[in-house]
Amino acid sequence: MATRIDKRFAALKKEGRTAFVTFTTAGDPDYETSLELLKRLPGAGADVVELGMPFSDPMADGPAVQASSQRALKAGQTMKKTLQMVREFRKQDNDTPIVLMGYYNPIYVYPVDAFIADCVEAGVDGLIVVDVPPEADDELCLPALKAGLNFIRLATPTTDAKRLPVVLTNTSGFVYYVSIAGITGTKAPDPGEVHAHVASIKKKTELPVAVGFGVKTPDQARAIAQGADGVVVGSALVEALRSTLDKDGRPGSETVEKVVDVVRHIAGGLATRETAAVK
Amino acid sequence: MPEASPMETPNTYRAGPDERGHFGLYGGRFVAETLMPLILDLEQAYKDAQADPDFQRELDELNTHYGGRPSPLYYAERLTDHFGGAKIYFKRDELNHTGSHKINNCLGQIQLARRMGKTRIIAETGAGQHGVAVATVAARFGLPCVVYMGATDIERQAPNVFRMKLLGAEVRPVTAGTGTLKDAMNEALRDWVANVHDTFYIIGTAAGPHPYPEMVRNFQSVIGNEVREQMQEAEGRLPDTLVACIGGGSNAIGLFHPFLDDKDVAIYGVEAGGKGLGKPEDHCASMNGGAPGVLHGNRTYLLQDDDGQIIEGHSISAGLDYPGVGPEHSWLRDSGRVTYVAITDAEALEAFQLCTKLEGIIPALEPSHALAHVAKLAPTLPKDNLLVMNLCGRGDKDVFAVAKHLGVDM
Repeated sequence: MATRIDKRFAALKKEGRTAFVTFTTAGDPDYETSLELLKRLPGAGADVVELGMPFSDPMADGPAVQASSQRALKAGQTMKKTLQMVREFRKQDNDTPIVLMGYYNPIYVYPVDAFIADCVEAGVDGLIVVDVPPEADDELCLPALKAGLNFIRLATPTTDAKRLPVVLTNTSGFVYYVSIAGITGTKAPDPGEVHAHVASIKKKTELPVAVGFGVKTPDQARAIAQGADGVVVGSALVEALRSTLDKDGRPGSETVEKVVDVVRHIAGGLATRETAAVK
Repeated sequence: MPEASPMETPNTYRAGPDERGHFGLYGGRFVAETLMPLILDLEQAYKDAQADPDFQRELDELNTHYGGRPSPLYYAERLTDHFGGAKIYFKRDELNHTGSHKINNCLGQIQLARRMGKTRIIAETGAGQHGVAVATVAARFGLPCVVYMGATDIERQAPNVFRMKLLGAEVRPVTAGTGTLKDAMNEALRDWVANVHDTFYIIGTAAGPHPYPEMVRNFQSVIGNEVREQMQEAEGRLPDTLVACIGGGSNAIGLFHPFLDDKDVAIYGVEAGGKGLGKPEDHCASMNGGAPGVLHGNRTYLLQDDDGQIIEGHSISAGLDYPGVGPEHSWLRDSGRVTYVAITDAEALEAFQLCTKLEGIIPALEPSHALAHVAKLAPTLPKDNLLVMNLCGRGDKDVFAVAKHLGVDM
């Protein structure tokens, strides 16, 4: 059965557009503001929405996303509230795919079966769980697939030709290519290297490939997008949000607008590429 | 939260882990994809090293001439008289080079790093004992070394920070999270992800993704293997009771593992009970007051809330101040082979002073927890019960902290 993710990527392909995938942390800086932002993302140009499930120990994330997780947890965000945000979002938008991204422990403790059932019921389309490798597929990936969710796997610069098939088995929705060997929002990716890796992944799978980790500006997004089906931007949005907070971490009246502006700006940059390509 | 299910008694307690790194429910390899290829390489390199007699021979040489092994098995006569029960022996791993059992593991891992052609060493440290041991072996083999240490711990453990710097290591303060051991481990993992091509991560305890728990256990098993021989020599038989403290649990698994299938040997692991087990933020006894979860590459007992967020525990001993435990201990707990108990800060402080006064040995606060349990256990045991406690570290590093707790102004 085609999920919202499958449909969205298929539609974009028909239009010749690159998917713009946004990442924000659920509950950052608080539930209400985060929900308002979530609802505004599709209108600003987000094609696929990644929502971070905050965790106390986000090992694969750089300082920006770490801090956003901490803010969300401090404001009382929980897994149940994150799923509630998805339900609220679905009341107004039944097309934009939502991918929950995070770490295994809060899911394990939820526990797994109940989490998957609640995801399906709330309107979640896919999961990215950073610390559950293919070697542990029976833990979470297979039950999620069985329930009709997409399980999106990360491929990285260290994923060599021998390992790539292992990573691609049981991956669905799209493949998330991590553009740097490192943590989110730190080094800048080298477009040339990214293109080569993406090309080699596309040789092995029909799935769309989205690229993320370290993409911050419209120019970078445009450069990275070549040859890829989607671009993920996270730390830059999370940083834009942070820049509007007061010293106690409270949002101001411009918080949502500021992030929406950045989303619009990057979406515009991606559109420019496509216009240029058409010409 | 998922409940640990009751287990059948296995034929052997020494066969684990399986090929996926599991000890029953626990262990595994829960890491980001960037690290997976490296973790698999490491596993293969360790297998090859184990099959190579030269690797073990070189390690034995280093242990003997650099680490100072074997450490003595010492009959603690005055404490035995004081408690009036079991005959108490100390395994004197505090006499090792760098003052704790940590060097056993570091010598093994740096040999493996060199074998793999890695040119840069990273590590995490809490109290600084592991950091000092890593900085030491890195100096010995001329490799650059970065040690991640929580900003809070850097303040608490200034002498060890200076030792690491003298040894040529760069100590990077970690302010993320709460600035203690778990955050230092997160940061070391982040460094590793960004530098996989040339960097070897020397994990300090028998935790983390497979093969670390197995590898660290094997390097530390030199402790238990020596005890078997030494007790045979001293008393003509095996010990009856083993006691060791547990943070991540590397000294304990090193003592316990060689005895797991000797069913008459009673084994006790002692967790840090802090201010008491009432509230999760007051202690570090993950097996007595936590629940199974996944952190730092393995499934194990963790201190966590109902939402699966990790809780920063508390212990007077920075070396036990970790919200998890090695996965093999979690399995041994559920299987019932090892009994895990908790000792409070106050009980550990009392044991620290008792050992110093009666034996002329200043123990680290970590094994002071083990001794505090010996104080409860020994009087209940007959005089011919041979009890071995692992005195896994010396207390010089702790005298300032102890003075503060005793209200002494130095």
